[in-house]
Amino acid sequence: MNVAVNTAVNEPVHSAWVDLAYLVAAVCFIVALKALSSPKSARWGNLVGAAGAVLAVGVVFASERLDHLPLIIGAIALGTLCGVPAARRVKMTAMPQLVALFNGVGGGAAAIVAIVEFLRASHGELLAALLATVFTVVVGCVSFSGSMVTFAKLQELITTRPIVLPGGRWIGIGTAALTLLLAIAVLVTGLTPAMVLLALAALVLGVLVVLPVGGADVPIVISLLNAFTGLTVAASGYVLGNTLLIVAGTLVGASGTLLTRLMAQAMGRSVTNILFGAFTAAGPGGAGTAEQRSVRSASPEDVAILLGYARKVVIVPGYGLAVAQAQHTVRELADLLAERGVRVEYGIHPVAGRMPGHMNVLLAEANVPYEQLREMDEINSELPSTDVALVVGANDVVNPAARNSPGSPIYGMPIINVDQAQHVVFLKRSMRPGFSGVENELLYDPKTTLLFGDAKETLAKVVAAVKSL
Amino acid sequence: MDSGVALLTIFVLAVFVGFEVISKVSTTLHTPLMSGANAIHGVILVGAIIITGRAETGVELGLGLVAIVLATLNMVGGFVVTDRMLEMFSGRRRPGQVETEETRR
Repeated sequence: MNVAVNTAVNEPVHSAWVDLAYLVAAVCFIVALKALSSPKSARWGNLVGAAGAVLAVGVVFASERLDHLPLIIGAIALGTLCGVPAARRVKMTAMPQLVALFNGVGGGAAAIVAIVEFLRASHGELLAALLATVFTVVVGCVSFSGSMVTFAKLQELITTRPIVLPGGRWIGIGTAALTLLLAIAVLVTGLTPAMVLLALAALVLGVLVVLPVGGADVPIVISLLNAFTGLTVAASGYVLGNTLLIVAGTLVGASGTLLTRLMAQAMGRSVTNILFGAFTAAGPGGAGTAEQRSVRSASPEDVAILLGYARKVVIVPGYGLAVAQAQHTVRELADLLAERGVRVEYGIHPVAGRMPGHMNVLLAEANVPYEQLREMDEINSELPSTDVALVVGANDVVNPAARNSPGSPIYGMPIINVDQAQHVVFLKRSMRPGFSGVENELLYDPKTTLLFGDAKETLAKVVAAVKSL
Repeated sequence: MDSGVALLTIFVLAVFVGFEVISKVSTTLHTPLMSGANAIHGVILVGAIIITGRAETGVELGLGLVAIVLATLNMVGGFVVTDRMLEMFSGRRRPGQVETEETRR
């Protein structure tokens, strides 16, 4: 094959076109990121990025002398056969955990590449290269195990509440110190066992970093780990002397860091608070006493009367609506109410769902007309003049604790002020708190009516009741 | 130019480009953007292929192959998932528009 021919002949000649091809691939990635920040060009941009990736892989096959070629191709085929169906079949509601999973395996791959490079390297190597290798292994392992924990949290395999182990702060600091010591040991001695221990310590560290993060903050952690993985890829590129890996990894590292900050800002949080908040805050405030207090629940017929004779209704959809696939029923209700002369609007919180912007993706999938959706700031100014706020499967994004109780984990997050409406109707499956694990005081407010059950079934009953008004 | 410094130069410039390209992005697109960036770092596949192709021992080969599978998952899966998300955004300007205007009033 051409592989053998290329390498036998002069290295410098082919390295020029290889570098050029890598440059083209790098430009593709830059264009892709740029295009992804505008809805019009985003899909096209993603394709450009994919084309860049295909080009990059093609160049490797054409330019490097590769042993074990059948095995390599087999491994790529295996990865593709697992990845494509997983990506195609995943429900939109489960998207965030899949992104976490993909990020984790990327971090793991970078760590493995660095370890193999370390095994191969002669010990007379440059300190800078060794430093980059150690960095890749540590951050790659943290990203891998951290992402697996975020996956488990989002999939609700483990609790979404912050988990603080007894003495958690000290275990964390101890593990971090141990990791640092082992890293120095590897740098000084270059011994393989030290490297293995380092990788293990970093894996434990990743778990410890993410465990104390509470539900609603998990997506921000994914974004942070995503940026980390980017940096490890850049460091691998330095070790391998590969410019494309440096450019692509750094791009993701830098843009991911900025994105993490933007996302944190959208929730009114700081990144340090998200990572270390659980150690300082005094647990979920007031959750213990909440169970005994009384709430007001009503029948679908009562709610139908409330809605049918209102002048203005604002619907606040959340993750629960999407999970129940209740978008169509909600729309039917909205249309019915509109026929009766009720003014209906949707209020969309920017972080409703499991990730910033997730709700927009979910509703777009359900063909809810984009033009009916109002953003948080817009709808908030209208809520004091709203008769009924209908909250469907959302909780955290309407929780007044974010405004009123400084001790709450969600304090400072901008919310949709449904508490300012004349009446609030909550459609919930149970009294369970939302994703953040924070109790919602609004549920006990005298002007709040609760309607328990699956959002879709309950809404269908409300629709029927409105029809017979 | 000394190759170490050249690589460092590339790194520093890429940091600025990285910050610059996403400096203005709406919350609506945070999720797809994160997913898209995620797919791009799957380019570690290039590194995984190189080290596997040079593997001399069984351990190196085994680890290298694992890295290839993981990196492929990251890259291919990432692009496909991002495309699916973005597909949702493109298909939204449809019949609803007329109804919307009525609903608003």
